[in-house]
Amino acid sequence: MKATAEPPAGDAPAPDYLSSGYSLRSWLCTLDHKRIGLLYLVSITFFFMIGAAAAAAMRVALLSPKGDLIVSDVYNRLFTLHGVLMIWFFLIPAVPNVLGNFLLPLMIGARDVAFPRLNLASWYIFMTGAALALYAILAGGVDTGWTFYTPYSSTYSNGHVMAMAAGVFIAGFSSIATGLNFIVTIHRLRAPGLTWFRLPLFVWSLYSTSIILVLATPVLALTLFLMVLERGFGVGIFDPKIGGDPLLFQHLFWFYSHPAVYVMILPGMGVVSELVACFARKPIYGYRVMAFAILAIAALGFLVWGHHMFVSSQSIYAGVVFSLLSFLVSVPSAIKVLNWTATLHRGSIRLDAPMLYALGFMGLFTVGGLTGLFLATMAVDVHLHGTYFVVAHFHYVMVGGMVMAYMGGMHYWWPKISGRMYHEWSARIAALLIFLGFNLTFFPQFILGYLGMPRRYYAYPEEFHALNVLSTAGASILGLGYLLPLIYLSWSLCRGPRAPANPWGATGLEWQTPSPPPTGNFATTPIVTEGPYAYRPEEP
Amino acid sequence: MITATPVSAEPTPHPEAKAVTNQLGMWTFLATEILFFGGLFVVYTLFRLTYPEIFRQGGQSMDFWLGTVNTAVLLTSSLFMALADRAVRANQRALLTRCLALTALLGLVFLGIKAYEYHGKFAEHLVPGPGFRGPPGSGPRLQIFYFLYFAMTGLHALHMLGGLAAVGWLWRLNAQGRLNSGRTEPVVIVGLYWHFVDCIWVFLYPLFYLAGR
Repeated sequence: MKATAEPPAGDAPAPDYLSSGYSLRSWLCTLDHKRIGLLYLVSITFFFMIGAAAAAAMRVALLSPKGDLIVSDVYNRLFTLHGVLMIWFFLIPAVPNVLGNFLLPLMIGARDVAFPRLNLASWYIFMTGAALALYAILAGGVDTGWTFYTPYSSTYSNGHVMAMAAGVFIAGFSSIATGLNFIVTIHRLRAPGLTWFRLPLFVWSLYSTSIILVLATPVLALTLFLMVLERGFGVGIFDPKIGGDPLLFQHLFWFYSHPAVYVMILPGMGVVSELVACFARKPIYGYRVMAFAILAIAALGFLVWGHHMFVSSQSIYAGVVFSLLSFLVSVPSAIKVLNWTATLHRGSIRLDAPMLYALGFMGLFTVGGLTGLFLATMAVDVHLHGTYFVVAHFHYVMVGGMVMAYMGGMHYWWPKISGRMYHEWSARIAALLIFLGFNLTFFPQFILGYLGMPRRYYAYPEEFHALNVLSTAGASILGLGYLLPLIYLSWSLCRGPRAPANPWGATGLEWQTPSPPPTGNFATTPIVTEGPYAYRPEEP
Repeated sequence: MITATPVSAEPTPHPEAKAVTNQLGMWTFLATEILFFGGLFVVYTLFRLTYPEIFRQGGQSMDFWLGTVNTAVLLTSSLFMALADRAVRANQRALLTRCLALTALLGLVFLGIKAYEYHGKFAEHLVPGPGFRGPPGSGPRLQIFYFLYFAMTGLHALHMLGGLAAVGWLWRLNAQGRLNSGRTEPVVIVGLYWHFVDCIWVFLYPLFYLAGR
């Protein structure tokens, strides 16, 4: 990092994006991608807290095998609320819409995204969908599970499925708008010299994620549209009693929702690539292979949806093909874990909080990925389907993977976002608490599932008691771990020491502009002359 | 990694580069749309394979001539959209106005005929739901055909309304003198969308009007 962009001599320094206006209007009508990223940050943190509260209530209820605290109906509504909010209103927008919105133009040396108005509109669309979902929750909730499987959501539903489905439907358009914006931005607005193979892997992951969002989300919209029409008109599209095909709903739903799983992990992989390179002071091992692995995961992700339906009367031959394709996805995923590990080899490793999260990601994602292979094996899936093993598996990927990466990225870029440093030791302790609490919560669930405890029940046989108590104990530690960053990050907003432009000594264009960046990002358009990870391990 | 350059702090976006950016945005949007309608085509295929007889019955009850005339009307509107594209490139503003007017007019005729057809179906109790009365000898499953008919042509009609609004926007731009051979990109982008909606109809027409023949 020898040359940096100097502002032209004689110009007064441009005001940073945070102090360029303090009125409510200057936030709610902003076209600045950085401010829109923060609007998303505040919104999804709010939904995360509601979803987490629902999870906490469930874990407390499961302390007793008989379900003394919560009746079955309330329990069903709680896990539906938890799933819908956490997936559509937290995980899917978390890294792309918060970190992606904030960082993408900075990382490619652009002044903003390609369509700033569409970007702001996407936030309003998102909030409209969220308002409908919140209405559905306040009005009494939905008991279908986040998957809205028919006939729970059509014939037998007694909750506010229409409002909830409409909320998810509308929020989907916000995903599409963001994906479209990112694709066009990455194609058209890269700084001079920033060729495709000089892009940071985080940008590659946002690109692949955007392709998935643009191509998969419309199918979800269509599925929910048909479901609502079926409810409205009583026509048999999914209901077999009147001629419909219940499996069709699952096919259409998972055609979206399995790729959406990759929306919930690929950006995390991108974040971890940045963190590992920076805190090991080394270029990413096998950069091009990593970029192609991201694209391969996104492409293969479209071809594996049937592995959710091995026991749903899907044809066994289709099952075999889906099973094989699901195994194939593990190849690029394994390449990524391998290459991060190889990047660490002989690196000059610093264990700052972001790196703790990145290392946590690598371990937990590996467990989540490997247990995915159990579930992709048809014969084993017959035993494990619909048990806590599945719950543990996807929480290892979604929470152990994506949320760890999100937290790591949030700490890493916090000085850039806020212009302030956070308290390092509080952050390290929180990272460790989250890692320990997470494992204590979800590892027992693998065993519970293996022993046969089904998911989505408010009560369970006495023999599962001890493991459930362990899981709830872990959840309380995990909850504390999530509470801490809220406190010390808010504290640092007002009291933290001022951050320099590049506190980590990182490469990457976003570190070449002041913290927090000025409204137009760069005083002069940068010209890129090197690849993304020009680290030298011998130089601290 | 980066070097300071003497580029001005406020780079003026190159209009041609901006036009390519906007076109890429429209193409990406159309990719989304294809997947959206694609799902419906999958649903159609599945039910047609499961219940071939209701698609035969349903297809025969469609008004062949109204559908055929509507196809011709819509394809002609696309012709005028293409001519509008040529007119703006040749800087012929008056011709552009006429082409846009004809495109919009034919689009409205299409929607008018569609509304007339919907009204007919409504009067014959062929709208799915509790009030559905199929022709004698048909079962309740015939509703699936009409459900798909209304869902698919209805969504198509909604897209037509969006297209008409976009053509109206072009008309206004042209009236303000903001379209010329140096700035053709709004016409190109709206044209892409208009032709796409047209293409969807080209698939809908045989699936519903020629199914029973």
